[in-house]
Amino acid sequence: MTRVGLIRLLVVGGFIVALELLCRTGAISPRVLLAPSDMAVRLIKLLASGKATADIVETLGNVAISLVLSVTGGFVIGALIHAVPRLRAAIDPFLASYYALPFFAFYPLFIVLFGLGRGAIVAIGFLFGVVAMIIATLNGFDRIPRVLLRTAAVHHMSPAATALLIKLPSAVPYLFTGIKLAIAYCFIGVIAAEFIMASSGLGYAISYAFNNFDNGTMYALMLFVIVLVTIVNALFYSYERRLLRRWGR
Amino acid sequence: MKRALDTLLLMLAGLAIWQVMHLAAPFALTSPAGTAARTWQMLASTTFWPHAAETAKAFGWALLLAVVGGLALGFSLGLNRTSAEVAEPILVSVYSLPKVTLYPLILLVFGLGVPAKIAFGTLHGIIPIAIFAMNAVRNVAGVHFKTARVMRLSRRQTLLTIVIPGALPEIVSGLRIGFSLTLLGVLIGEMFASQRGLGYLIMNAIGLHDVPTIMATILLLAIVAVSASALLLWLDRRLHHRVA
Amino acid sequence: MSTAARAIDGAARDTTGSDLHAEMRAVTRVYPGGIHALAATDLRLRRGEFYSVIGPSGCGKSTLLDVLAGLSAPTSGEILFEGRPLDGRVPEGVGVVFQEDASFAWLNVADNIVFGLRRDGVDASEIARRLDDALRLMGLVDFAKAYPAQLSGGMRQRVCIARTLVMQPRMILLDEPFGALDAQTRLIMGDELLKVWRATGATVLLITHALDEAAMLSDRIGLMSARPGRIIEELATGWPRERDSRIAADPAFGAITARLWSVLREESLKTMRQGKPS
Repeated sequence: MTRVGLIRLLVVGGFIVALELLCRTGAISPRVLLAPSDMAVRLIKLLASGKATADIVETLGNVAISLVLSVTGGFVIGALIHAVPRLRAAIDPFLASYYALPFFAFYPLFIVLFGLGRGAIVAIGFLFGVVAMIIATLNGFDRIPRVLLRTAAVHHMSPAATALLIKLPSAVPYLFTGIKLAIAYCFIGVIAAEFIMASSGLGYAISYAFNNFDNGTMYALMLFVIVLVTIVNALFYSYERRLLRRWGR
Repeated sequence: MKRALDTLLLMLAGLAIWQVMHLAAPFALTSPAGTAARTWQMLASTTFWPHAAETAKAFGWALLLAVVGGLALGFSLGLNRTSAEVAEPILVSVYSLPKVTLYPLILLVFGLGVPAKIAFGTLHGIIPIAIFAMNAVRNVAGVHFKTARVMRLSRRQTLLTIVIPGALPEIVSGLRIGFSLTLLGVLIGEMFASQRGLGYLIMNAIGLHDVPTIMATILLLAIVAVSASALLLWLDRRLHHRVA
Repeated sequence: MSTAARAIDGAARDTTGSDLHAEMRAVTRVYPGGIHALAATDLRLRRGEFYSVIGPSGCGKSTLLDVLAGLSAPTSGEILFEGRPLDGRVPEGVGVVFQEDASFAWLNVADNIVFGLRRDGVDASEIARRLDDALRLMGLVDFAKAYPAQLSGGMRQRVCIARTLVMQPRMILLDEPFGALDAQTRLIMGDELLKVWRATGATVLLITHALDEAAMLSDRIGLMSARPGRIIEELATGWPRERDSRIAADPAFGAITARLWSVLREESLKTMRQGKPS
């Protein structure tokens, strides 16, 4: 483990230990926050009892579907926009402001369109994630070194061949950034939507526990979400690093 | 000139799509005309403005805290190479957490009401501002710091005359994102932790299935958010132009 | 001055054959916005010769190469390759090496080199044979499985040259290929280029801003004026075909370099007074 990695581990570990001490000594009341060790125990018990399994599976499914839609949809839309420079110039300011909009307020709209249930939640997750992917795709295609496009011309490559064999691999580092953001945003969108107005899923389960003063279940689930998101991000991040190190970025 | 025309065309296309969607699902979506009418109505009513003021106040505080906190955090982490390296993945991980999961904690600490809303907003905005500020400082070329030492500038002078001007374009990018996210955080907070504010109005209208009000409120928020974002974007471009 | 006269007279010792391989006739190139990159330029390349174009920065050298290669269309004038006018695309049989690193970061060295061959559907045994030859010629045999990121700038340029080589081009255009390398690596790479030239018998056009490079590598040198650029003078070196960078020891080398500089100094000063091209 590198020196920096070690320091990081100590910082995070130290934080958790500090929290644990503050909770155990009563400086932070158990009505506000449970001790980390307590949270962990309750989480294990909860998972073992299988009571949360249905919600977990549902949320993961929602995130997975909206992620696939965001990444593929965002890439295709981004590639199309990039191919039409006039459109790109006109739409740029709107893309830049997109995340300023409270578009999850369209949730009731989606309920009417898709009915109560997964459709509306996946739609929100998609809306959250797709634009991050579009922006990353545009960025990636922008930064393709011109010399590679000229090389394609020297090799007599058609526009389609150029897009697939040169533009796409060249843009991959930026596409990965887009995928990372899309993962984060899809999680955020799905769980926020479930929290605010759904009747199943992890977000709903946390909200339900909160409203019923069931801190134990609530913190167990919160811990689960935090650990899950961290693991998914870490896995993706390490895969990306190995690939990019080979390519020298 | 051509650009402005293209943007106008795009907006008209957007309006056209909106109208078509309204015709396809009249109870789910109000028409552009209907939304405009309701917006006008709301602006003229006496009940709307107190809510708007409430949101504005909470947002103002949240933004101030997010900016000051974010810049302070970003700068102090960025000036030291090791601390920046250690902190970056941690900050990025916290950024990608669904902060909704922390809401119950915030409510338990602050209770329902204005402080909680401000806390939500600050929580959303402080991390991206810190990340951008940290990277901005890191990217101030090492040769600039060496130049400062050759000129025997004090730490304070170096900060004011070299670090801040050099880091400014990136910081403005971070502020742009922090602005939008702080607003989002405050609105989400109002949606379920408050009886006042624009977020509450939306939540209320959702409950009553009052689609025109939902859309009118979103339209107003969109206008504010997009204008502010456009202004900061313009500033962002001007600064990057000067430096790059 | 007798050595200079001998150098300029080197046309008599031209051993590269006399048929015309490529031609530019009164070619101009004006960019949108009114920037005249090329004034009416004429160029005649003989089959199998090594021709350098040298000029002050911003004079349009790269534009000349772009137009000659078919990468961009001239505003007026004609370009002929092997007797046929260009049709808006890079003609078959032409290879180009650019100044920037054009290696594909996502492919290893071997896959980079055979990229063009695979696309053309050349059969596998032929591909393997040409790859082998190219790796040996460019000194890359031990690096076939490495990725460009693991190589130095000079080696990456060798990969790009190898990639051009295996296509067996009849004319090779190089746009300041060694510009990003340090001066000593550049001299070594110049020798490698001469090896390639002799091994393939191709016509080589080298764009450079380095006087010594043009003087030691070329059969003929075209000097470009300040913007709008055109070829204002041509020099023949009369060097033997079997040469390398050590030709710098030949007294004629000094005379040639001096002649190049006396013309270019004028043009470079003109360019500096013009200000930076936007």
